[in-house]
Amino acid sequence: MGIHVIKMPDIGEGIAEVELVAWHVKVGDVVAEDQILADVMTDKATVEIPSSVAGKVLALGGAVGQVMAVGSEVIRLEVEGAGNLKPESALALAKPTQDAIKTVANPATPKPVKAVAAAPAPAATPAAAPQAAPARANGNGNGKAPVALVRAPGDKPIASPAVRRQAWDLGIELQFVPGTGAAGRITHEDLQAYAQRASQAQAGGSTDQRYVQRLDEETVPVIGLRRKIAQKMQESKRRIPHFTYVEEVDMTELEALRARLNAQHGKTRGRLTVLPFIARAVVLAVRAHPQVNARYDDEAAVATRYGAVHLGIATQTEGGLMVPVVRHAETLDLWACASEVVRLAEAARSGKAARDELSGSTITITSLGTLGGIVTTPVINHPEVAIVGVNRLVERPMIRNGAVVARQMMNLSSSFDHRVVDGMHAAEFVQLIRGYLECPATLFVE
Amino acid sequence: MDSHKTTLLIIGGGPGGYVAAIRAAQLGIPTTLVEGEQLGGTCLNIGCIPSKALIHAAEAYHQAHHFMGDSTLGIHVESARIDIAQTVRWKDGIVARLTGGVGALLKKHGVHVVKGWATIVDGKTVDVTTTAKPDAAPMRIHGEHLLLATGSVELGLPGMPFGGRVISSTQALSPDSIPKRLVVVGAGYIGLELGLVYRKLGSDVTVVEAQDRILPLYDEELTKPVAASLRKLGVQVHLGTKVQGLNPAGDAVRVVDGAGRESELAADQVLVAIGRAPNTHGWGLEKLMLAMQGRALQVDDQCRTSMRNVWAIGDLTGEPMLAHRAMAQGEMVAEIISGKRRHFAPAAIAAVCFTDPEIVVVGQTPAEATKAGLEFTTAQFPFAANGRAMTLEATDGFVRVVARRDNHRIVGWQAVGAGVSELSTAFSHSLEMGATLEDVAHTIHAHPTLGEAVQEAALRALGHALHI
Repeated sequence: MGIHVIKMPDIGEGIAEVELVAWHVKVGDVVAEDQILADVMTDKATVEIPSSVAGKVLALGGAVGQVMAVGSEVIRLEVEGAGNLKPESALALAKPTQDAIKTVANPATPKPVKAVAAAPAPAATPAAAPQAAPARANGNGNGKAPVALVRAPGDKPIASPAVRRQAWDLGIELQFVPGTGAAGRITHEDLQAYAQRASQAQAGGSTDQRYVQRLDEETVPVIGLRRKIAQKMQESKRRIPHFTYVEEVDMTELEALRARLNAQHGKTRGRLTVLPFIARAVVLAVRAHPQVNARYDDEAAVATRYGAVHLGIATQTEGGLMVPVVRHAETLDLWACASEVVRLAEAARSGKAARDELSGSTITITSLGTLGGIVTTPVINHPEVAIVGVNRLVERPMIRNGAVVARQMMNLSSSFDHRVVDGMHAAEFVQLIRGYLECPATLFVE
Repeated sequence: MDSHKTTLLIIGGGPGGYVAAIRAAQLGIPTTLVEGEQLGGTCLNIGCIPSKALIHAAEAYHQAHHFMGDSTLGIHVESARIDIAQTVRWKDGIVARLTGGVGALLKKHGVHVVKGWATIVDGKTVDVTTTAKPDAAPMRIHGEHLLLATGSVELGLPGMPFGGRVISSTQALSPDSIPKRLVVVGAGYIGLELGLVYRKLGSDVTVVEAQDRILPLYDEELTKPVAASLRKLGVQVHLGTKVQGLNPAGDAVRVVDGAGRESELAADQVLVAIGRAPNTHGWGLEKLMLAMQGRALQVDDQCRTSMRNVWAIGDLTGEPMLAHRAMAQGEMVAEIISGKRRHFAPAAIAAVCFTDPEIVVVGQTPAEATKAGLEFTTAQFPFAANGRAMTLEATDGFVRVVARRDNHRIVGWQAVGAGVSELSTAFSHSLEMGATLEDVAHTIHAHPTLGEAVQEAALRALGHALHI
């Protein structure tokens, strides 16, 4: 038997550290070659770490949420044969690994209550009890809330004499106090927590469940994608002096065209939303205003303007906001653009988006469709300098030629980096987009 | 008529009454305690303490006697002699020290102790005929609360009343001399404890029991080592045998066995130890017309009787008739009267039998667990595998644990063996704390002690005993 250590692989693109976002194995598991051990996350992509050998997991190198350097120990396996770890280095590494194991192993260790309750534990073989509950390593690492055992009717509440006495003093029936101790034992803490809840409920003066005062809290660790989002947003808002410009756009003509195109080609080419039209309008508008299709390296004080339009599309995924990138949007017609947006959104949502599909955008569009509201103040996707926000499309009474008429109206709320984009240029940029959208023929006839 | 008013009036100065009095006084309740005899009740005067003193003396003498023969320890004694009068004086000294101690404690806490016999007038009033002046008019005492703690009395046999050769355990604890032949009626713990004492002091002892086994309240596995010890010591045991009475000459006990065969057991003394009954007669209790439960007073889990502010504790309230139960009840009643919320809700009350070897039972036995429909696991660890037991020449017996199968919470402990009464502390503690097998199995128990068998029993129930 030897020990095989798997180290954090170099994921490429000069990434020095990655965040551990999930373990798929735990200490003691037997793993096969190529079995996925863990998920790690780079700037935007999640990467699976497979096992290069078959063996038994001896130790995990880090806890979920931990940022690990490339080349650091991910996992330690017991393998047939010699392994890849020399004995002396095994000794040298043993200590920190042990520490790491502790932090990982604790949340994963099944509560004694659970373990015991799950085990039939006959007299001859109850030794199996502690391992009986194969509670999956807690993916998000926040499973610390103690499990309170529910007492069967008629079961006597179990509590130490001191707890019983305190309960009498407090006038609390132990029968109603959930016990978190071994075998459902009610601890001093359980009683105090219950007493506190009871007294607060009383202070509220109402036992009406609809108006009951709630004091529960949930601690949600901001890790993985959420942490990336938080960092990006903070970075953007801290560094970029935003200003937001809102203009309304009469979409009546465009909606008529869109309806026509969908009726004509919907079956063969797929239905169009307004997004490809807006994308095209942006592509055309940046030609006149190249300063908005740029990335600004504020440390080097260099703004790079791009000929290509790599269009970021803000996309909601289960894990949070992601921004897949439509590369070279300037080369795509409406349907090509539409299908690319759909493909990228699916890739992002299923976690299959490649790293270069999630980075390198030069300007971003954000749209919540029917949830778009009247006005938004979009946050620029740093280091870009502009973001175009699409608000809800709605029929409104407008005055045209002195008469009130119903028009399909939609607002555009766009934010700009005021350091490199002046207000007037931003306004002109948005007005240009508006012009393209209000007279859709101009999108195609130049 | 002298009269006296108090808040708490306690009748009976036994373990229940005197503890209630001390606790009440601690809590600032004006308390009066009425006791006709020595403070300390049955326990200190004619029960637990004197019997344990005699058990110790008899065992010491028996050991010395044993050393007259071949001893594996290499100790030899030329001759062993016992001065039974001195033994009794020594025992009385201990009793006096303890009862005197109780008096001092009551005085220190400011409890008003009245020496005399109380007769109930109503639910708040008693008349006390003082022992000092029996002919004087009785003293009337009013109390807001009346706590009845009159204990229990020995049961006699209708066909063979106490007197002459027929003695009770009380007399058996203060012998003038050791009878040549003693017949003990009843193979419960009192009969066997005293039967063994007399056997070790030199009597020929015959035990007669109506049921078909000794210590009928304990399970057979637990009583086996005691039966073996009785055999080894030469105590005759007649099971399934009923006592008819004394023969006309008064020097033998007529018995009839299960098959209906009559015979006579010659006896210089007959100890009747067939049990105890709540002391409910002769002091006006019937006037209160309290609800009864069998022979005992009925009380709820706060020791309230059916009459407001009339409380009852201890043997008067029935089984288990144990001093430690009465004490806990007494303490509780005092606290309730002081305004605290309390209930008598122990997880278990230990029962100890000071035979040779000793038996201790706390919580549920396997049989009781089965009857209660509990899914359980049980394991026992024999003292034969315990180092300390070997050094004490006491390898008979075992420790047994009963635990729930689902969550391993311990529901009972039993043990039989020399000195196991001291293990009751650990047993009760683990049950009251709601301990699981793992809790006990993973507590380090000192080596070398008999207590290691406790840990090993828990380990064994978990499937990994180390020393067996």
